[in-house]
Amino acid sequence: MRNLTQKIFVYLDSRLMLSKIGEFAQKKKVPEHKHSFWYYFGGICLFLFIIQVITGILLLLYYKPTMDSAYESIQFIMSQVKFGWLIRSVHSWTANILIGAIFIHMFSAFFIKAYRPPRDLTWITGFFLLLIFMAFGFSGYLLPWNELSFFATRVGTDIAGTLPLIGKTLKTFILGGPDVSGATITRFFWLHIAILPFFTLVFLGLHILLVQILGMSKPIGLSEAKVREVPFFPNFILKDALGWMLILTLVGILCVFFPWELGKKADIFATTPLGIKPEWYFTFMFTTLKLVPAHFLFVEGEMLAIFGFLIGGLIWLLVPYLDRKAGMEKKSPGFSLLGLIVLLYIIIMTALTYLYPNL
Amino acid sequence: MKKIYIERILSGLFIPLSLVFFLQSKALADECINCHRELDDELKVPAEAFQMDVHQKFGLNCTTCHGGNAEEGDIDVAKDKSFKGVPLRKDIPEFCGSCHSNSLYMRKFNPNLRFDQLELYWTSQHGQLLKTGDTKAAVCTDCHGIHGILEPSHPKSWVFPWNVPATCGHCHSNKEYMKDYSISVSQTEDYKQSVHAKALLEKKDLSAPVCNDCHGNHGAAPPEVTSIGFVCRQCHPSAGELFSESPHKAAYDELGISECEACHGNHKILPPSDEMLGTGEGAVCIECHDPESEAYKIATTIKDELDDFKSKMLNAENKLERADKQGVEVSDAKFRLQEAHTALIQVRNLTHSFSLDKIEEKIKEGTNIIAEVSEAGDSALREATFRKRGLIIATFFIFLLAIALLFKIKQIEKKIPQ
Repeated sequence: MRNLTQKIFVYLDSRLMLSKIGEFAQKKKVPEHKHSFWYYFGGICLFLFIIQVITGILLLLYYKPTMDSAYESIQFIMSQVKFGWLIRSVHSWTANILIGAIFIHMFSAFFIKAYRPPRDLTWITGFFLLLIFMAFGFSGYLLPWNELSFFATRVGTDIAGTLPLIGKTLKTFILGGPDVSGATITRFFWLHIAILPFFTLVFLGLHILLVQILGMSKPIGLSEAKVREVPFFPNFILKDALGWMLILTLVGILCVFFPWELGKKADIFATTPLGIKPEWYFTFMFTTLKLVPAHFLFVEGEMLAIFGFLIGGLIWLLVPYLDRKAGMEKKSPGFSLLGLIVLLYIIIMTALTYLYPNL
Repeated sequence: MKKIYIERILSGLFIPLSLVFFLQSKALADECINCHRELDDELKVPAEAFQMDVHQKFGLNCTTCHGGNAEEGDIDVAKDKSFKGVPLRKDIPEFCGSCHSNSLYMRKFNPNLRFDQLELYWTSQHGQLLKTGDTKAAVCTDCHGIHGILEPSHPKSWVFPWNVPATCGHCHSNKEYMKDYSISVSQTEDYKQSVHAKALLEKKDLSAPVCNDCHGNHGAAPPEVTSIGFVCRQCHPSAGELFSESPHKAAYDELGISECEACHGNHKILPPSDEMLGTGEGAVCIECHDPESEAYKIATTIKDELDDFKSKMLNAENKLERADKQGVEVSDAKFRLQEAHTALIQVRNLTHSFSLDKIEEKIKEGTNIIAEVSEAGDSALREATFRKRGLIIATFFIFLLAIALLFKIKQIEKKIPQ
């Protein structure tokens, strides 16, 4: 038996360089300091993504992406399929926790200044992963074809439609017509299960590869001598696994006590119900658009806010090149303050959406 | 070249300017309105009110009803031979009817409008009284207004459904005005408490009946005892039909009791409740049937079976609600429960047949549905318990694994140099 295992290992090793990967993993070290806790969020994101893939594939066994049967198929999954309720709830809850974990991972990387070269590309791929997962959320939200998701998609795409020059074309392209319809659900489905997963593989692969090649970033000011290092395998991985178990327990509790609701089936002829809002991670932008004055000088307020977000996003993406001090291993309190302002802005706007829904 | 341009511009301006002067002169033509607008109070009101009058919208003016010459500014010349002035109250029906009863004339404005109002009016209680010389009886203007008459479909019209109770009540609720007629003045107040008023005034259901739906409008008269059933059947045909087939029909006819009114009342028709059935407090059956009678026993049985059916339905509904709150998908069972609700409505309607067999048959049908729903509710509640148990077991194993991991981590941490 042992001989057979050895034979299989030798066969695979000669082709996949398993022993070299093992050597790399054993040699790889992770710095340990007072901010090390935040490193684990990268692993948590990966773990949640794997859950997303598995539960997503299982949902595909019964889900039907058409206007007439999408809602009914989810209803069938939740009521008739063995453990269907669990699969669907896990998929929905982990999707939301994943976006939250990505935000935490991004802001922790920002405040540790982990974006500074040579890890600038890691930051950029991470930024695109955030956008991809937000697109996952937006497209997945419509798939159950319920009232909330239908009108939230309509509101969201209406905002995209207000962009100058390209707005109308962009909206028609996203929706597959002038309004949310059967064509939209087909588009969103393929975006959700084919196009976005492809880009995720590309960017996630690059992101993980860069993390492995460049290692974890240490906070500015911690000289190499002062930092204790632990082996990536098994020490760091085992601690990561502990975090995954906590997350798994949390997801289990949420799914049993607060199963993801299906709501009412979307009625395309109904008027938009009061209090419609997008998924929580879009609400800071949504509330900004609601609060912005109709006109600011000669510019339309809504347009100005959209451009503000686009410019803000661009600055956020290019921060590794803008924060030159951090690049020279010097503290850059200005950028820390910028990060704090952005974080507070997102928290306040999100809180306002839920505390004052009729703003 | 320049001269040609100027000529063209001037000739171009001539046509619109002439049109403006022509329209202005036409606007000034109604001297009745111009003069009355300058007068005080009651002489000014007609000129102001007529601006939104339906007759004005159809191009009619003061002279159409009152005669005279509206183009004349001199009051003496304007009141020429054709001038009729203000009609006497007793003449108002004929005054309005002179146009409204003329089908050829009315067709020009609205071919769908009826032209039998005057004929109907003379058959009404109001018309009959007016004929006897009682000028307190309502005439056209009491219900429709005088110079600010709006189309009946206008929400502010006095005869728009939700304004009708107030319009009729204007006279019929006035104790002083009605003292000579020895009829109740509480109809409007009674109506306001009725199920019909709730539908009309609270739910804004314009199909809910108001005074004229039961009494008629132009031919308004109190329905005879024998007609009440037919009046109610206009909207409640099924209940009416069941009643006609029941043994009560012959008995009521023989005793001269009005059908629906005997149990439900007339103006104050309160929302029907199951308490009206049976032999308990609020039951209407015991008003006629004594405790020894067979009908009394049937009434008791009907009420008991209905109560039992409702209780089972409530129990099943509660199970679904509890399961739903615990996150178990029960929409199919909830949909099935709606069929039980439909059965309950049918049972309530069948009480008008007073047939125990028919009622029991429908209750049995509904009970079978409730049994299914109840089983689905039980199953959903078992599922909720199963989920919680599953979570506890899974959490226990994850916890064990986490502890094992923790020990392993501590063990390998010791090997790392500080």
